[in-house]
Formats: sequence, structure tokens, C-alpha cells
Amino acid sequence: MMDKPWNNRAWLFVVPVLIIVLFSSLVPMMTVVNYSVQDTMGQNNFFWNGVAWFQGLLDPTTDIGGRFASALVRNLIFSIVILCLELPLGIAVALCIPKQGWKVGATLVLIALPLLIPWTVVGTIWQIFARQDIGLLGAALNAIGIHYNDTQDPTSAWATIVIMDVWHWTGMIALLSYAGLKAIPDAFYQAARIDGASRWSVFRNIELPKLQKVLVIAVLLRFMESFMIYTEPSVVTGGGPGEATSFLSLDLVKIALGQVDLGNAAAMSIVYYLITLTICYVFFTIMTQLDQRKGV
Amino acid sequence: MASITLDHIAHAYPGAPGAAPHYALKPINHVWQQGRAYALLGPSGCGKTTLLNIISGLVIPSEGRLLFDATDVTRLSTEKRNIAQVFQFPVIYDTMTVAENLAFPLKNRGVEKNAIKRRVDEIADLLDLRPVLGRRARGLTADAKQKISLGRGLVRSDVSAVLFDEPLTVIDPALKWELRSKLKAVHQALDLLMIYVTHDQVEALTFADEVVVMKDGAVLQIGTPAELFERPAHSFVGYFIGSPGMNFLPATVAGREARVQGTVFDLGASYAAPANGAKVEIGFRPDYAMLHANGGIAVQMLKVEDLGRRRLGRFAIGGGEAIATLAADADLQPGDTAGLTIEPGHVHLFVDDLRVEGARA
Repeated sequence: MMDKPWNNRAWLFVVPVLIIVLFSSLVPMMTVVNYSVQDTMGQNNFFWNGVAWFQGLLDPTTDIGGRFASALVRNLIFSIVILCLELPLGIAVALCIPKQGWKVGATLVLIALPLLIPWTVVGTIWQIFARQDIGLLGAALNAIGIHYNDTQDPTSAWATIVIMDVWHWTGMIALLSYAGLKAIPDAFYQAARIDGASRWSVFRNIELPKLQKVLVIAVLLRFMESFMIYTEPSVVTGGGPGEATSFLSLDLVKIALGQVDLGNAAAMSIVYYLITLTICYVFFTIMTQLDQRKGV
Repeated sequence: MASITLDHIAHAYPGAPGAAPHYALKPINHVWQQGRAYALLGPSGCGKTTLLNIISGLVIPSEGRLLFDATDVTRLSTEKRNIAQVFQFPVIYDTMTVAENLAFPLKNRGVEKNAIKRRVDEIADLLDLRPVLGRRARGLTADAKQKISLGRGLVRSDVSAVLFDEPLTVIDPALKWELRSKLKAVHQALDLLMIYVTHDQVEALTFADEVVVMKDGAVLQIGTPAELFERPAHSFVGYFIGSPGMNFLPATVAGREARVQGTVFDLGASYAAPANGAKVEIGFRPDYAMLHANGGIAVQMLKVEDLGRRRLGRFAIGGGEAIATLAADADLQPGDTAGLTIEPGHVHLFVDDLRVEGARA
């Protein structure tokens, strides 16, 4: 017999949450699952279609499969590019934040400013900023002879989206890193000075290891958000020119709401969801292992 | 080779302009000798860590000069001084193994590889770190980590001094004793100048050849443990050193006699009459005062504490209270009248908190 006290009344407290989750997430998701295994000829008549949608989606030689694969690759490249830019930049910014005085507060507010702007507004700001006729950035670049057109040239469009994301989110990594840096006791820096460590060595052997956990969280947050990015590119480029900036969620919305291709959209949603879940799980595993790893 | 000279060193943290400086450390003159172990002892906030940081260069003093041998290093940066310091909390480099941690100060100074290896092995042997040399430092226990910090402080053989800032704070009480004797052994083996900051008198008295007692940013006395115990220069030293501390009773003095509200104490030396209005006290240690069943000065017992090895009695005298040791054969209870005797020469006279030396004749 188990001596541990078991009290099933605990379930009572979980029930309200379960009900809310059921109606807000589970039921809609089951609808999606339902769509993903059925086809329709219109008139709200659905019939069983098995895993045909999934087969098409995961086969890059088909139309939809190719489209999905290229959106996925595009999105992964985008996520990796912005991480490679935002992470070092955020840490660098955090290292440059003043240590004391009124400048600390002023700097932190300035850094946090982009984070407080609604995403659609961020998109609008950059959409106008990038215009060749009235946009400060677009007009200025063309005036000094650099060909820049974010609505027709894929390179310009990508550059705009990437720089916009860096502008929008580097502050978050900087703030997280700053908090991590603040938590390092002074004795570490003093000991490093006495040990004759170089500035680089202090960064490599003290600051970076102490930032490790914070950075894993920052990478997770930034990766997930950039992997699901929708609002800003949809306002700035609308996924264009052509398909150049059509990331997964943009493409999904186009298929589901633009083409009302419910079967493909549902299958895509589920695969998209599973990819996200897998990546989350991988990150979670890494984080918990970092916590537990001792010695060796 | 190396001695460290404090020449009128004082420090005031910058305050409001125009305001009189508030000294965290009042002017101090002292020479620290090579090969000796010193302890800076005092309550929290007495300026001992400030003094230590001035020596290591983490704080630049607002007044005075600091000399290493004959070289003025007052404004030299920490890296340029030959100083090692161990902090209150273990500082280890997470990314490195224990051996790499120990080698780090040497590596940064471009010491040759074989020499580093030899020195690291030597220090690891001294601190019993040999079995964990290859392990990553981050997974070790707090006391092992602090041993690594100690090791990093000791690894450079060319340092002018090794400074310790309450290094045993985070160590388990049972291990404290072991680490302290290890440090003492290391000091003897390496012949370094060591300065050890602590607020624990046992730590200070067992570690150091000479103890610097500080209070409110001022040095009250510098002396060997025996000197501090036998001849405290300041009433605070008498009170702070020893457990329990020295008894103090307000008194009036005439020649060889001190009177505490009618009770006469023999001072064993004659004293000039103190200035009018000065605070005059006699002080004696409980260790040299005995309470007997009868004989000596009659006092009223208040409380008896049995410490096992000895018994202490608190008693009323001249409107105040004092503590003395109970004689082995004295069966005294609170409320009893006891007889107090004090070994001659162990009643000290303090005028305005400073000990006055009498003329023995």
C-alpha cells in the first residue's frame, strides 16, 4: 500500500482551466484535425480523405509540398539570420549599458521602447520608412545611389524585414543579458583583475558562462517568435515580392483564408504545430540539462 | 624581499562637495613585513575591507601613499601590483577545470608551461586538490570552490602579499578549522606576507602573528595576540578580544589605588591623577579575576554560568556588573556573597578609553 496521501479533490481545482483550454484550444484543434483528413466538394459535404493531404504536403515534388518546403526553409533561414544578428548585438548592447547614474534608466527606457510598440504599428512604421517616395530610409538610400525597392526587389524586402526584426527585438535580448550581467557579483570582476585577465577573457570566462541560462531563454523566445512571425511582414511586404518573404504563417493564412483550401491548410497547421512542439521540446531538454549538469 | 608600507593612508568616499570628509578609513601608518601573517580584526563596517582593497588596488586611497618596498604604488592599477586576493565568496571560472583555474593567474602573466604545471601541482598538494584537478570547477562543493580561490591566490610565487577578505564565511564550521590550519601551514611553507580580514577573533588570533584591531575606520591597536589580551591599548580592544571580554568599571584614581564607589582596587602601579572631567575606568579580564567563597572584596553574586571546563560568575559591584571566574572549590549561588580577588598587575586603568601605563615601584 502507498502511504503517500492522495487527494483527488485537487482535480476539482484543475477542472475550470481544463474546460477553458478545451473550448479555446482543444476543440478548435480537433476541427483542424478533422479538416486535415477530409475533403469537400462544397455545399458543406465532407468525405474521408485519409492521409492524402499530409502525403502531398510532405512530398516536395507536389505543388503544395514544394510551397510548404520553401516556406519552411525560408522561415528557418530568417530565424537563424535574425538570431545570428540579434544575439551578439543584444549582448554587445547590454555590455555597453552604463553601470550607474541617471543614464541607466534613460538607456533602459530607450532600449525597451521598440518592445512596447504594437506589432502592426511596427510594421506600418517600417512600411512607410521603406517607401521610395516618402520613406526616410527608402528615399535616402535611392538618393545616394543604392538601388532599394522593398516591394519589387527580394533582397531589399529581406533586408527590410530582417533589419526591422533586429530593431524590434534586439532590445529584449539586451535587457535579458543586462539582467544576467547585473547578477554577477563584483568579486568576480575584482578577482579577474587581480588574476590579470584580459577584457576578452573576462567576457569568455565569467560573463558568457553566467549569461548562459538567460541566453538559452532568449534564443528560445526569439526563435519561437520569429518562427511564427506574421504581423510585421504581412504589413510591410505582404509576403512579397512574389513569395520572397512568405514565411510559414503568412503562407498558411493565404492557403486557408485566401484560397479556402481547408484540407491543405489543416494538414499544414498540424505539421507546423508539430515542428514548433518538437523545437520547444528540444530547447526544454537543453535547458533542464544545463541546470542539472554538474562537473565532468 | 617585500614589505608594504602604509604612509598616512586614509580614505573618504566622495560625499557632498564642501562637506567635511567622512573617513571610512582614518589615517594609518604601518609597515607590513615579508613572511608575516597579519589579521585585520573588527566589527562589520570598521574599514578593514576598505584597507584591504586599498592594498590590492581595488580602491585608491584619498590620502597618503602606499609603498611596496620603496616603490610608490598608490595609483598603480590592481593588475600592475603584485598582489593576490581571495574573496568572501568563492570565485571560480565555470568554463575551466580546477587545474586551469589554478593556472589562470600564471597563464595570464605568460609563465612558461612547465613552470605552471609544477606550481599548480605544488599548490594542489598543499590544499588537497590533487584528486579533483581534472574536474570542471563548477560542479564542486562550496568549500572545494573556496579552496580553488585560495589556491589561485597562492599560486603566484612572486606576489608581494596575499590578501584574504573573510575567506571562510561560506565554509561549513566543521571545515573552517581544517582550512584555517591548512592556511597556516601554507603560510609557513610559502613564506608569504599574508593579510587576513575577519570579524572573528578566534580566526584572527589563531591565524595571525600580529593582529590589527579596527573600529569606526580607525586602528586601535596593532599587536600580537598575547599583547592584545594582556595589555589592550583601548577599552574596545579589551572588550572585543577575549570571551567574555574585559570588565570595565567607572572609578576614581589616587596613586596606587582605584576606588569604585567605595570599593578599593590595588592597581599595582602608581598613576598620575587624570585630568578633570576625563572618563576614568578600571578594566580587568574575567580570566584573571577569581570568585571565592570568602576573602578578597565582598561582592553580590547575580548569576552563574557553567561552561564545562570553567564556571563564570556575574556579580554586582559598585553599582555596575562584572564577570569573573569561579574558583574550583567555591560553591556559589546567585544571591550569595562572594569574595573577589584579582591577580596583581591585571587591573588596568583606562582614561578616555585609552590604557594608561602606571609607574611600577
